Amino acid sequence: SHDSFNSKWRNFMSLDHDLNVLKDDIKTSSESFIENSKAMEELLLDLQQKVEKVRLGGGVKAVERHKKRNKYLPRERIDHLLDPGSPFLELSQLAGHELYSDDLPSGGIVTGIGSIHGRLCMLVANDPTVKGGTYYPITVKKHLRAQEIASQCNLPCIYLVDSGGANLPRQADVFPDRDHFGRIFYNQARMSEEGIPQIALVLGSCTAGGAYVPAMADESVIVKGNGTIFLAGPPLVKAATGEEVSAEDLGGAALHCKVSGVSDYFATDELHALAMGRKIVKNLHLAGLKNRASRSYVSEEVREPVYSPDELRGIVPADARKSYDIRSVIARIVDGSEFDEFKKLYGSTLVTGFAKIMGQPVGIVGNNGILFTESALKGAHFIQLCAQRHIPLIFLQNITGFMVGSRSEASGIAKAGAKMVMAVACAKVPKITILVGGSYGAGNYGMCGRAYSPNFLFMWPNARISVMGGAQAAGVLAQVERDKRIRDKTPWSDEEEEKFKEKVAQGYDREGHPYYASARLWDDGIIDPADTRKVLALCLSASSQTAPKETSYGVFRM
Amino acid sequence: GEEGRGVVKGRSIKKILIANRGEIACRVIKTAQKLGVRTVAVYSEADRGAKHVAMADEAVFIGPALASASYLDGAKILATALATGADAIHPGYGFLSESSKFAELCKQKDIIFMGPPAAAIRAMGDKSVAKSMMSAAGVPVVPGYHGEDQSPELLKAEANRIGYPVLIKATQGGGGKGMRIVHNESDFFESLASAQRESQAAFGDSRVLIEKYVLRPRHIEVQIFADKHGNAVHLNERDCSVQRRHQKIIEEAPAPHITSEFRQRIGQAAVDAAKAVGYESAGTVEFIVDTVSGDFYFMEMNTRLQVEHPVTEMVTGQDLVEWQIRVANGEVLPLQQSEIKLMGHSFEARIYAENVPKGFLPAAGHLHHYNPPSASPTVRVETGVGKGDTVSVFYDPMIAKLVVWGRDRSSALTKLVDCLTKFQIAGLPTNIGFLKTLASHHAFAAGDVDTHFIDRFKADLLPSTQSESIQEPCVPKATQYGAALAAAAFGIKSAQEKSNGLNSIWSSGSGFRLNHAYTRMLHLDWKSELAESTPVPLSLKLTYSKGGNFVVEGDKVEKMTVTGKELPDEDCNLRLNVNGKSAPVSLAQFHQGGLSHIHLWEGDQHHHFTMPVPAFDTDESQEHQRSSHGQHERSSTQGPGAVVAPMAGRVVKIFATNGARVKKGDSILVLEAMKMEHVVKSPIDGIVKGAEVEVGQQVSDSTVLCQIEVCTCSLS
Repeated sequence: SHDSFNSKWRNFMSLDHDLNVLKDDIKTSSESFIENSKAMEELLLDLQQKVEKVRLGGGVKAVERHKKRNKYLPRERIDHLLDPGSPFLELSQLAGHELYSDDLPSGGIVTGIGSIHGRLCMLVANDPTVKGGTYYPITVKKHLRAQEIASQCNLPCIYLVDSGGANLPRQADVFPDRDHFGRIFYNQARMSEEGIPQIALVLGSCTAGGAYVPAMADESVIVKGNGTIFLAGPPLVKAATGEEVSAEDLGGAALHCKVSGVSDYFATDELHALAMGRKIVKNLHLAGLKNRASRSYVSEEVREPVYSPDELRGIVPADARKSYDIRSVIARIVDGSEFDEFKKLYGSTLVTGFAKIMGQPVGIVGNNGILFTESALKGAHFIQLCAQRHIPLIFLQNITGFMVGSRSEASGIAKAGAKMVMAVACAKVPKITILVGGSYGAGNYGMCGRAYSPNFLFMWPNARISVMGGAQAAGVLAQVERDKRIRDKTPWSDEEEEKFKEKVAQGYDREGHPYYASARLWDDGIIDPADTRKVLALCLSASSQTAPKETSYGVFRM
Repeated sequence: GEEGRGVVKGRSIKKILIANRGEIACRVIKTAQKLGVRTVAVYSEADRGAKHVAMADEAVFIGPALASASYLDGAKILATALATGADAIHPGYGFLSESSKFAELCKQKDIIFMGPPAAAIRAMGDKSVAKSMMSAAGVPVVPGYHGEDQSPELLKAEANRIGYPVLIKATQGGGGKGMRIVHNESDFFESLASAQRESQAAFGDSRVLIEKYVLRPRHIEVQIFADKHGNAVHLNERDCSVQRRHQKIIEEAPAPHITSEFRQRIGQAAVDAAKAVGYESAGTVEFIVDTVSGDFYFMEMNTRLQVEHPVTEMVTGQDLVEWQIRVANGEVLPLQQSEIKLMGHSFEARIYAENVPKGFLPAAGHLHHYNPPSASPTVRVETGVGKGDTVSVFYDPMIAKLVVWGRDRSSALTKLVDCLTKFQIAGLPTNIGFLKTLASHHAFAAGDVDTHFIDRFKADLLPSTQSESIQEPCVPKATQYGAALAAAAFGIKSAQEKSNGLNSIWSSGSGFRLNHAYTRMLHLDWKSELAESTPVPLSLKLTYSKGGNFVVEGDKVEKMTVTGKELPDEDCNLRLNVNGKSAPVSLAQFHQGGLSHIHLWEGDQHHHFTMPVPAFDTDESQEHQRSSHGQHERSSTQGPGAVVAPMAGRVVKIFATNGARVKKGDSILVLEAMKMEHVVKSPIDGIVKGAEVEVGQQVSDSTVLCQIEVCTCSLS
């Protein structure tokens, strides 16, 4: 009988064997898969070309001049500083992209996370080949974002300083406001207070405000000949006091190590300074590690997904209007493609469940269509589960928004959405958001958009972000315009209306594009879908350097 | 003893002390263990962690590294044997193995010396005596003069009688010392005088003998064995013609191109020789064979178990150490002459720590990597060292003996070359590459050997460097390929390194980068192992591309894509795949002498590259002096020799007064401040000038206490 069959098997293997492995019927040889892959690869090629370009820095001449002074480029400096061959998670590579009339590759500053003597650190390196390393508004924003991540993840900060300070023509957008230049030093002070080491390697000039980076650091290294720290450079000093003095005598390595004490370590050249930087990190001992989360739950054994992560390139439909099953994505990012789905049959447009990414347990929240009341309730429920159990949350955004209409409103979708937003905002676990498709409207909030301070937020090249879709917005705005014209009794031809709609849609499409978002630091970077698993694993590990925090919530509207 | 009654059946040996070290000590222990005989090892200061010490049942420390104070100290070793209750001493080879005095001493203390009687050692130890005894016994000897009359005129007359070329040899000689070849009568006196001088210096005895010099001689020796019952047999011959610095490096059994009739004759001559001196135990009778005439002459007899004995073991299927033990026990020889077989062919290659391009100069060092070919019934690796051990300067620099067996000479030779290819050693220079070239040489393959073999084929075996060293030597294609593989192997190894740390994903060495590939530059220096040359730089760009692919590019290397994985053994093996072709390699890396050394074995190639280890001037204080000089106001007026009070305080002691010569760091005076004493030191080498402070005087901060003037004279 059936019973005896079951009991027979019980003696041979555990009941959960293979139970939770996602089954996926996507054919890599299918026409649509090939077409999708082709479309994605085109996007990736463009992305890689853009990244290749910004990696060259501020142009051939500036780079040549820089290298003549026995200096390395910022990314080379970082490579020397990191453990050889270890990963480096660079942030916001396309910051500043087409943002100003001038080119500002990577926003003039390279930031990212890497390992030094096995210790994760936040690296912040000025690029002096870009506008002399001066701080444009986006430079400041990128520097502050790096500090924010460091603070959130408890990562020691290493500043590779080589900058002329604030960009003077743009001082109004750089100097006075809360999140402007001064905030850098405020953050240094506050992180130092929290026991997050602040280390400065002075590899070039640190002028004016920039002088505070090494001065505020816990420990600083300065390079003989190249490194200078002063509040005002020789020309300004001459103008102010008439004193004539060389840069080296005014604020060089010897002065600061021997006389002023502004710097602690004297490096004979740049490589020496980088070696000293490594030494400083090595000597941090466990400082700042005391609050680390217990990682005993991380599995030693890491199983690759059953389905290759590379196939993610062919999962996303070339046509953005077509939907796809988020489980196809999950199957290609989690260990063994194993996913224990929570409430699978309820509110099915939101997929929730437990999995592991490179041994690290996660709760995954992914969109599988428009959010209904049930989906939002389910999301709030699941987020609470994860927050209570200290399980990091991964949000996979592909969301056009919440359901509209009388039935939906009557079901209280607004308060259901509010519950989800409340849960997301208050859950004190590491949160990582990936935009794998559209990110529109309030869906962005419930799914832990930028405003909800996820530890990290990355976009796929096909993703779009805006308050609503371009076509929708065009429709709404056209309606408003038509009403106005009817009131004003000015005729509006169908042709004109089409033109109007097209313009609106185009604007939305441009502003919703990942390049536009990345340029303004609405995200931490654009990633190849095939790298998602790796990026998530690195981010999870980087987010787990802090002690678990207890979550509490505000008032849930019931 | 209880055996008594003149019956020769002796007592059975239960415990052997091995008065030796290295591979031979290990070799003896192996057989002793097989027979259930307990072993005692002795060791010097240099051998505390040696393999033979670990292998033996007991080990006793016998003194400093210097052999004369340890392994050659017969009295101490004998005392150790008595103290540990050993019945017998196995002397191995070298050290005390051919000391008749030691054999005598053993006998006196009733310890069995596992070798011939002292009288036999003594007889064979003196070459002149030996030759006359052999001559008398009917063993052919090289025509020569071995008389006591050493007058130069007589010696010359004898040389003329024998016929040129002749060889002048020290009577006490060995190892090529005090040896001269004379081709013409006119050179005789000059050569004689120099041979006598050298002999006097080396052995304290200027007596010489004169012999016919055989032009294309082969060195063929016969393994003999004799028991206490008057039986003696030979276990066939070995050919040891291939020598460098008058030392054997490749030996084989049987000797190539000889007839069984010749074998029987030379074997009988060896047995006759042994019998003539009342020999017991293992011995080797060395003959010189004239390749042209086919005549053989007695050269000398080595009254011990020889280094190359394993080739005889391989072709006869016997364990000669076991024979030694049984003979020492008083048993009759295990086999009669007719029962001794000759099966197949065997080679032995001696792997030495030596510098081949520098004329085979002995070397020493640390075995950072040691991975011999795996042993089998047909492959033996006899060694006394392992990975991490040191080949010291105190003893013979032989690292290992590689012994192979094959059905016939050609199959044995194939095996030898293959095993040499697989023999991986890094950390010190070895002759493996040279041995491989030698064993692969067509003339060697043809068995066309004589004692001048290496000289004769010098051009093939030791690539001339003179012409190349002038210009930059060109890097062979195989080396460029090797460098590229090393770069890829590097990346693959580091990418696979698993750390169990908290951030294991981050310390993975995967080189992960966003939206671009991680590249590393590898700057290697290459130096030929066989020829002396200056290092050639090689630059390689290693790109970590998608899917675990590594792309290697270089100005001298064709672009290649490599994938692979490290094998989970401890022998640094990787299975690479280069442009779709599989390529197993081994990679060893270690730091030595301020350099990072990279060794790569692939196919039949062994590559050695070095990389400078980054070094920084870490003396910050000195940098301050240098950089502050003339730049900072205070420093510029004071100069580098100013001794400045680091704080306000009271002078409590003065070490150096005006005119005193001081070195950098020497104490000048002591200041007391805040109840603490501070020693003020000299910033540079020089002479104290302008010191005006006195004990008890209060000085303020930054006071110049004195000046140190640099003097041009030497401070020694």
